[in-house]
Amino acid sequence: MFDLTLAGAAKALKAKEISAVELTSAYNEAVAALNPRLNAYITTTPELALEQAKAADARLADGSATPLTGIPIAMKDLFCTEGVRTTAGSAILEPFVPPYESTVSGKLKAAGAVMLGKANLDEFAMGSSNITSFYGAVENPWKRQGSEAKLVPGGSSGGSAAAVAARIAIAATGTDTGGSIRQPAAFTGLAGIKPTYGRCSRFGVVAFASSLDQPGPMARNVEDNALLLNAMAGFDAKDSTSADRAVPDFTASLTRGVKGLKIGIPKEYRLEGTNPEILALWDKGIEWLQAQGAEIVEISLPHTKYGLAVYYIVAPAEASSNLARYDGVRYGKRVDGADLIDLYERSRAEGFGAEVKRRIMIGTYVLSHGYYDAYYLKAQKVRNLILKDFTDAFGQVDAILTPTAPSAAFGLGEKMDDPVTMYLNDVFTVPASLAGVPAMSVPAGLSADGLPLGLQVIGKHFDEETVFAVSAAIENAAGFSALPEVRAK
Amino acid sequence: MSLDAATVRRIAKLARIRVNDEEVSTLQNELNAILGYVEQLGEVNVDGVEPLSGGAQMALRQREDQVTDGDMAEKILANAPDRIGNFFAVPKVVE
Amino acid sequence: MAYTLEGSTGAWEVVVGLEVHAQVISQSKLFSGASATYGGAPNAHVSFIDAGFPGMLPVINKECVAQAVRTGLGLKAQINLFSRFDRKNYFYADLPQGYQISQFAHPIVGTGTVEIELQDGTIKHIGITRLHLEQDAGKSMHDQHPSKSVVDLNRAGVGLMEIVSEPDIRSPEEAGAYLRKIRQIVRYLGTCDGNMEEGSMRADVNVSVRKPGEAFRTRCEIKNVNSVRFVMHAVEAEALRQIEVWESGGEVVQETRLYDPAKGETRSMRSKEDAHDYRYFPEPDLLPLVLEQGWVDGLKAALPELPDEKRARFCAEYGIPFYDAGVLVADQATADFYETVAKGRDGKLAANWISGDFFAAMNRTGKSIENPPVSAADLGALLDLITDKTINGRIAKDVFEEMVETGKAPGAIVEEKGLRQVTDTGAIDAAVTKVLDENQDKVAEYKSGKDKLFGFFVGQVMKAMQGKGNPALVNEAVKKQLG
Ligand SMILES: [Mg+2]
Ligand SMILES: [Zn+2]
Repeated sequence: MFDLTLAGAAKALKAKEISAVELTSAYNEAVAALNPRLNAYITTTPELALEQAKAADARLADGSATPLTGIPIAMKDLFCTEGVRTTAGSAILEPFVPPYESTVSGKLKAAGAVMLGKANLDEFAMGSSNITSFYGAVENPWKRQGSEAKLVPGGSSGGSAAAVAARIAIAATGTDTGGSIRQPAAFTGLAGIKPTYGRCSRFGVVAFASSLDQPGPMARNVEDNALLLNAMAGFDAKDSTSADRAVPDFTASLTRGVKGLKIGIPKEYRLEGTNPEILALWDKGIEWLQAQGAEIVEISLPHTKYGLAVYYIVAPAEASSNLARYDGVRYGKRVDGADLIDLYERSRAEGFGAEVKRRIMIGTYVLSHGYYDAYYLKAQKVRNLILKDFTDAFGQVDAILTPTAPSAAFGLGEKMDDPVTMYLNDVFTVPASLAGVPAMSVPAGLSADGLPLGLQVIGKHFDEETVFAVSAAIENAAGFSALPEVRAK
Repeated sequence: MSLDAATVRRIAKLARIRVNDEEVSTLQNELNAILGYVEQLGEVNVDGVEPLSGGAQMALRQREDQVTDGDMAEKILANAPDRIGNFFAVPKVVE
Repeated sequence: MAYTLEGSTGAWEVVVGLEVHAQVISQSKLFSGASATYGGAPNAHVSFIDAGFPGMLPVINKECVAQAVRTGLGLKAQINLFSRFDRKNYFYADLPQGYQISQFAHPIVGTGTVEIELQDGTIKHIGITRLHLEQDAGKSMHDQHPSKSVVDLNRAGVGLMEIVSEPDIRSPEEAGAYLRKIRQIVRYLGTCDGNMEEGSMRADVNVSVRKPGEAFRTRCEIKNVNSVRFVMHAVEAEALRQIEVWESGGEVVQETRLYDPAKGETRSMRSKEDAHDYRYFPEPDLLPLVLEQGWVDGLKAALPELPDEKRARFCAEYGIPFYDAGVLVADQATADFYETVAKGRDGKLAANWISGDFFAAMNRTGKSIENPPVSAADLGALLDLITDKTINGRIAKDVFEEMVETGKAPGAIVEEKGLRQVTDTGAIDAAVTKVLDENQDKVAEYKSGKDKLFGFFVGQVMKAMQGKGNPALVNEAVKKQLG
């Protein structure tokens, strides 16, 4: 039962081979058994899940079910959920129970999805390894061959990734600011898509960097992603950056194939220091697409190498402002002080972890008087050049193929000596975030020591359909079927 | 550009985050590493390039002027660490 | 004659610029659907957006944008079809998001100009630098609890227009005239109610002093002054303070100050001291505000007539003096009242009656132009009775008082009390004869050269006729009978 995909489970539910309550109960039990070890969930909601499962069974009976009705999922704990504690992985929101629902979680609820709990994440979605969560690190259910060493699941949607990979959720929501869906998907053998900026509403999603944040799905395969995105996407009048566009049925593009498509291969992504296995997998991906009739075009995205530098100015700048509201006055953690300023400083010093403070500090600095032009303004201009790189490339090609991350999942404690080394994880994912274009990671193979590796498909603005088509083609050719060691069986 | 300890303290003050001496020196090193990394943007020629501030390329949508929200003081105050009646409460501010 | 302040080193000129915060008249807030109405129970007019809850996002109110454009048009200012919102970052108990959404680099309205009139009749032009839209903050109260301040967010997020002037103002009088003029314009436009007591209009006053002919010296900003009178006082108090600093060999430091009306002085505001680095940057939750010229043109076409234009038209159309027209256009309601009365009648007569008896009655009875002691229609009817000689001017005053007292229409009063003017020359002649007969001695005196007695006879005749005689006819009859 735990090996059912979302599409498979939906079919089984529809055919009454299994009830939503049975499915949810099994998942509740699996969560209870494995979560203490993996720490994929910060908060579990088994009773709520059961209640929702009962309602789902009613809908399945009366014919008002959607493909998501009765599907147990993990909700990244960055989505505000009415009446269910929402922490953003931070101590500062430890006591926070939102009296409102995010648009995306609300849409999933309305579609009948069952929420198993709130998935762990890097604090305020800042990180690539899920080690910055106040609620503890998440363990990647995958192991290196012959080693029991704990690996990171990637981040920031690491709890979502670990939960789905370990089969303690059928699918999950994530959010992606600089790679936070794609990189953990790659590290855990999942597919995950960061939609076009504006495709999914940000309303009710705890903000990290407003101009980059984008919710999206994470699941075991490409099809499941399409099913989830169908329900998550759509115009929302409550988000001024939400795109007022019709949402196509993304599942329709899965079988389109890639015949006649032009696929761009950016030469700048052959970065020094990238694991040769990953470069080899990339070459394989190129062959797969070529074999299915795609035309491979070498392209140039000349400002790729500056993406990270731009990102590590823009994202902290926005974050430093977005996180100013956590001041201990209206909600969240308060540490009393002699006066108001003292209260602010203590509440924020104790409420925020080291990585969050670091980014607030950098963001505050690059916006501060005398430095704005040199850092923030400059970064915005280079961001425009990065967007132009993509616009130019998409004048020649329909989609772009790159690796998702420069390495496979790494060990807890590795790469943690300085922040910049850690930031390099995002080198391949950040440019698409800066340009706002959709990008998906698909599991495409294993490293020599048995860890999953992903390839990234980047598409034009609002052309998730081509991204799905190309991703499905890679998925078919790769035939990725490996399973993590730690999982519900 | 490299940050000195005094600047780190000033930034922490602006950001309203209490830092002790030890944190100042750690932060100073880390922030300088990050600033050192982003220094590479200096080599990019941005003459005549407009800054790109948002992820979406559209004009702002405007909503109709209608009262559709509010009248829920209890929900607004439900999470408050301290309140007096229906007011939020903070240590006394002297102007 | 330029305004200067005398110091120990000679004359000082005062340089003033005003930042007026005018609350936009709208149903809901600038970025949320909560009510923008003044008052309400604590935290009642608050949405999760206004309270800065996690994940909340701003969505702009179209009417607030329209109000800003209307105001810009009223200030004869440049309307920027492209503008943008920025975040102004600082921490304060009544600023829930930790930033104010404002417009810094690209305001919705650019440069304009406002005409002010001074006591001596001089007209002066004050430049407008810009007008931008921004959110109001909430309200902290410090006197409700011994050790705590309390915060009400009802005002947080209400739309404000910040109207920034050039440093063109040179005296307290000009500052007052400018503020009154801004208030008059926004009231005419219906974009702000101008109510300074409720805080829907308040001014930050930038003051510096200099020796005539010098470049500008350092200025100080006096925050949130909430009446015209206080603005005028604050300018003078702050200028005198700065003169003293300079003359005692000190240096004025740029800072934010507070005006204390009780003490009549300004003092430094410590709470804002270290908040000077606002780290403005483009608000990433909003996109650029792009307006269509056609939409702006539509607003312009629908704009009401503004006070300056109305004043000029009153002079031309009704033949009244410039000063009188200024009084009548002081506010829209008075101007409308006047126009209702004057339309199709003698404009001068209407103006005299309104600025004379009518205003006096309004003050006496404590009524307002919106709830007048006599309706415009009734006052017009009274003027008609004068013009068609049904009553004379003297009787009209009595009728008017009766109207104020009873609310009755003038025609009814005239009929009821038989106040119609007597134009029957037979009756007038008879009254004259009787008066002359009864005052033989005075007639003799008159004839021996005491011309002044003519008025006495006329007065007596009018009295005998209970004031109803037609004054011209009475004059004529007296003259005739005296020979
Ligand atoms: Mg100001
Ligand atoms: Zn302002």
